[in-house]
Amino acid sequence: MSISFLTRPADSDDAAVVGRVWEALRTVRDPELDNDVVSLDFVASCEVDEHRVAHVRLRLPTYFCAPNFAFLMVADAWDATSTVDGLSDVDVELIDHFAADAINRGVAARAGFVHSMAGTEVGEAVEELDTLRRQFTERALMAGTDLVVRPLAKAGSTPEELAAMTLGDAPDSEDLTRLRRRRRELGIPSSDEDPLVVDPSGRKVGVEALPLHLRKARSFQVGVDANTSICRGQLAVRYGLSTTDAS
Amino acid sequence: MYEKDGEKYFIVDSHMHYWDASPENWVKGAEQYAKGWIECFHAYQGLGPADTHQPLEEFQKVSEEQLMREEFEEGGVDVAIFQSTYLREWYKDGFNTTERNGYLAEKYPGKFILNTRFDPRDGDAGMREFEGNVEKFGCKGAKLYTAEWNGESRGFKLTDPEAYRFLERAQELGVKNIHVHKGPTIWPLDKDAFDVSDVDHAATDFQGLNFIVEHVGLPRIEDFCFMATQEPNVYAGLSVVLGGLMHARPKFFAKVMGELLFWVGEDKMTFGSDYNIWTPKWQIEGLLDWDYPSDEFSDYPRLGQDGKRKILGLNAAKLYDIEVPAELQLGQREVAQA
Repeated sequence: MSISFLTRPADSDDAAVVGRVWEALRTVRDPELDNDVVSLDFVASCEVDEHRVAHVRLRLPTYFCAPNFAFLMVADAWDATSTVDGLSDVDVELIDHFAADAINRGVAARAGFVHSMAGTEVGEAVEELDTLRRQFTERALMAGTDLVVRPLAKAGSTPEELAAMTLGDAPDSEDLTRLRRRRRELGIPSSDEDPLVVDPSGRKVGVEALPLHLRKARSFQVGVDANTSICRGQLAVRYGLSTTDAS
Repeated sequence: MYEKDGEKYFIVDSHMHYWDASPENWVKGAEQYAKGWIECFHAYQGLGPADTHQPLEEFQKVSEEQLMREEFEEGGVDVAIFQSTYLREWYKDGFNTTERNGYLAEKYPGKFILNTRFDPRDGDAGMREFEGNVEKFGCKGAKLYTAEWNGESRGFKLTDPEAYRFLERAQELGVKNIHVHKGPTIWPLDKDAFDVSDVDHAATDFQGLNFIVEHVGLPRIEDFCFMATQEPNVYAGLSVVLGGLMHARPKFFAKVMGELLFWVGEDKMTFGSDYNIWTPKWQIEGLLDWDYPSDEFSDYPRLGQDGKRKILGLNAAKLYDIEVPAELQLGQREVAQA
């Protein structure tokens, strides 16, 4: 039996590379659910072979999940994995999806969404996905506003006080960190002295408009929650995962 | 009529099907879609209670006997409304066509209301088919699937000029209840199939029609809510909301109900089981028992007995002019009890 000089026995270094790929995948999110693909259990497998090629398999809750979002996630997973040190190549593949072939081919060739779908039997696309991503980041901003501000309102802050608050006035939390990140992605200032409550265009929300704005923010959050519930449930049924309901 | 704890309820299941998704009905060359579609539905069933789950083979095509038993005998449904869905690109004889549903509707008079459908992309031939179905079956409602594939097209909007032509005709013919599927399943490519802004425009322009948004625009429930508050003729169809969330995710179900009660209100919400994805019995039972799980929800509107009666049947009865026995109506019931 000959052993290629490229073949190396597994060692702790390999484990570290795999760990870094997992970490990188945590930066890839489902734009609609505003959560990362690792937490959502969308990563079916993640391995690094003896040639130091990373193989990532992504799975989704249904055969018919929207291909535009699927494309974004596969492309983002490719980009994120490519930044990991110690790899010679990257192979990301979406599995068990009606448009998997077109998406996998397109992402591997670094083609855009429109080009990737052109001429395929699953249909043509007419728009690239930047606008879609922006729209969903705006929704995530609204939903995130609810997570950060509603506890303050519940604890007794008045609309006047909330309208005058800055990001630095809000207590540190994971939700706040995430809200700042979404604001940066939208090009909205997110330092301590910037206003806490802004609309998706970045305008500060005044005291008059604040109650309705926050009421709407709550609806966005409920929408994300409900959607996540259904997607998690579907994924669990599809792949026989446990369905412990924390709710 | 559903009876629970000595109370009687008038039930209208405003969203159900009699489909054939068995392999014999799959279009050659499109088997993977026909199969993927029904498996996707089957996974939804998994979100209901375990003792209601069916094997896939049975789920693909339930018998007439089973449907009649689960809807009427066990479910206590008074009137069930068929929502015809064609999907002829994948299913040879259609998924559940007006004719297929109409067979049961004619066989069991008074049990069913038969809604037809139209697809504006089918042009004049589609118009004739729509008019023919309305004449033959006396339809008062139609189900529209704006994300359905049709030839090269991957979807349409209610605001398309062709769609307006059909809506005008529907209004003239008295097909006054337009159920629009805005919810999960059937992919959009880059078109946003869940976008409800087209319903907003159409509802303003067709005051003689009611628009029941099935699945309340999930996953974009907030867009639907903001729109529905502005349009008096827009209703929330609760199919999938009950079936998909009430059992599997009670806390999120409570939040969604809270949002709907706040923005849309109990007068404009209608129960639909989405049979045969889910049977009606456990959903009716669950809604009658339902309350918010904790005081975390104290700032949402409550849903009392009267509200539940409206959602489970009285609202849909009003939309479809269904006669409700005096003792099952709201006011009468109170008088009778007094």
